[in-house]
Amino acid sequence: MSSIHVTPGEVAASLALVALAAAISRWRRADLERDIGIATVRSFVQLTAIGYAIKLIFEADTLWLVFALLAVMVLFGALTARSRAKRVPGSFWPLLIALALAGASTLGLVVALGIFEATARYLVPVGGMVIGNAMTASAVALNRLGDEMADSRARIEATLALGASAEEAAQPTVRRALRSGMITLVDSTKTTGLIFFPGTMVGMLLAGAEPTDAVRLQLILLYTLLGSVSIAALVATLLAYRNFFTAAEQLREPGG
Amino acid sequence: MLFELRDVSLSRGGRTVLDSLSADVPAGATAIVGPSGAGKSTLLRLLNRLADPDSGAISFRGEPLDERDPRRLRREVGLVPQLPALLDGTVRDNLAFAAHLAGRPFDCARSLRLAGLAADFADRRVDELSVGEQQRAMLGRALAQEPTVLLLDEPTAALDHASRDAVEGALAELRRELEISLVLVSHDPGQARRLGEWAVRLEGGRAIEAGPAAEVLA
Repeated sequence: MSSIHVTPGEVAASLALVALAAAISRWRRADLERDIGIATVRSFVQLTAIGYAIKLIFEADTLWLVFALLAVMVLFGALTARSRAKRVPGSFWPLLIALALAGASTLGLVVALGIFEATARYLVPVGGMVIGNAMTASAVALNRLGDEMADSRARIEATLALGASAEEAAQPTVRRALRSGMITLVDSTKTTGLIFFPGTMVGMLLAGAEPTDAVRLQLILLYTLLGSVSIAALVATLLAYRNFFTAAEQLREPGG
Repeated sequence: MLFELRDVSLSRGGRTVLDSLSADVPAGATAIVGPSGAGKSTLLRLLNRLADPDSGAISFRGEPLDERDPRRLRREVGLVPQLPALLDGTVRDNLAFAAHLAGRPFDCARSLRLAGLAADFADRRVDELSVGEQQRAMLGRALAQEPTVLLLDEPTAALDHASRDAVEGALAELRRELEISLVLVSHDPGQARRLGEWAVRLEGGRAIEAGPAAEVLA
């Protein structure tokens, strides 16, 4: 694979556009200068740190280190997603299990199908994308689940009053939550290549790869992500909805 | 005795809703009356285990309620909430779902008739119904389960006079036609007198009076 070299000076030059963003924010009083500053510093520190970590992992080339890194990503992903699903009681474990299952099953599958080798060079970047997208999807799904459960209390309780199980009473709500977790990626997959160029393809083209190779790899990643996002949203919603109910199939009081 | 409640207490969000409430609810038609905030709706929810009390004991036909499987209990003791909350789809879909849950043969026309609705309501979509029609569809849905007890939470509070009279007529007809007991929460003493044989008056989460409706509501 061809590779390009990017100098620190080139990175520093791109800060001009950050300055432009901050200037626009200040000029139009969007009050985002501080956030732009934090985002810039955090992205620099986090990406530099992960860059060195990945360099070490690539050089060591042992799968244990890869799994450890992916496990840390799953953990932080679940913690981040939990903060976006505040109305769902006990959302951490469903999210953690959803991300772990989505990551393990999709990575396992692409390796088993012979699409990628089971080496650090493939598993780390693909795993990062899979877990990142799974996190977003499960956070959106549980955020929606929390809102829908609150809005549908009367209907869910009226259905429980007929002797329906929690699963039967929550089913329409869980279905809408799952759908909202999956829909963003499905929609962006539909328009990919027309309205936006996905990051992998852009990166490969910049790095000097053949456009056909860039497109094929991008397609593999998009299809892999569709799978992981679906698994994550499904597992998260199926595990989390139960937390709204007691063992006696009663709807818990909000915040109780 | 249909329901016996002994020293039943329940708090929600730091507020005492039921405070050592003791009352008997006989078979037949019982009206639960009292000012708003007295705990009437909460009491009704305890009777089919949509909620459980923090302390105290409730029995149903002499058996402790908390030993009953909640899902089977709810098919025997139906509850129609204050505001209609039907599932998406047609009236028939809703009634069929309820009958299926209870393992009852599904007779859509009969359930609709008992609820005071014409048979052609079966294929109407629930979002096309007026609130009064939805409330009667809720009643029909509960009746499709052939419960032995029906709990009604302000069944006509959201309705105009004509719809109220239609629902009350349907309930009176039910009592004549079926072996069914009604427990009715109402803030309207007139309605409680028209539909209830027995009455329990709540205030501040306690039962302060119980007896024949004609006496309690005189």
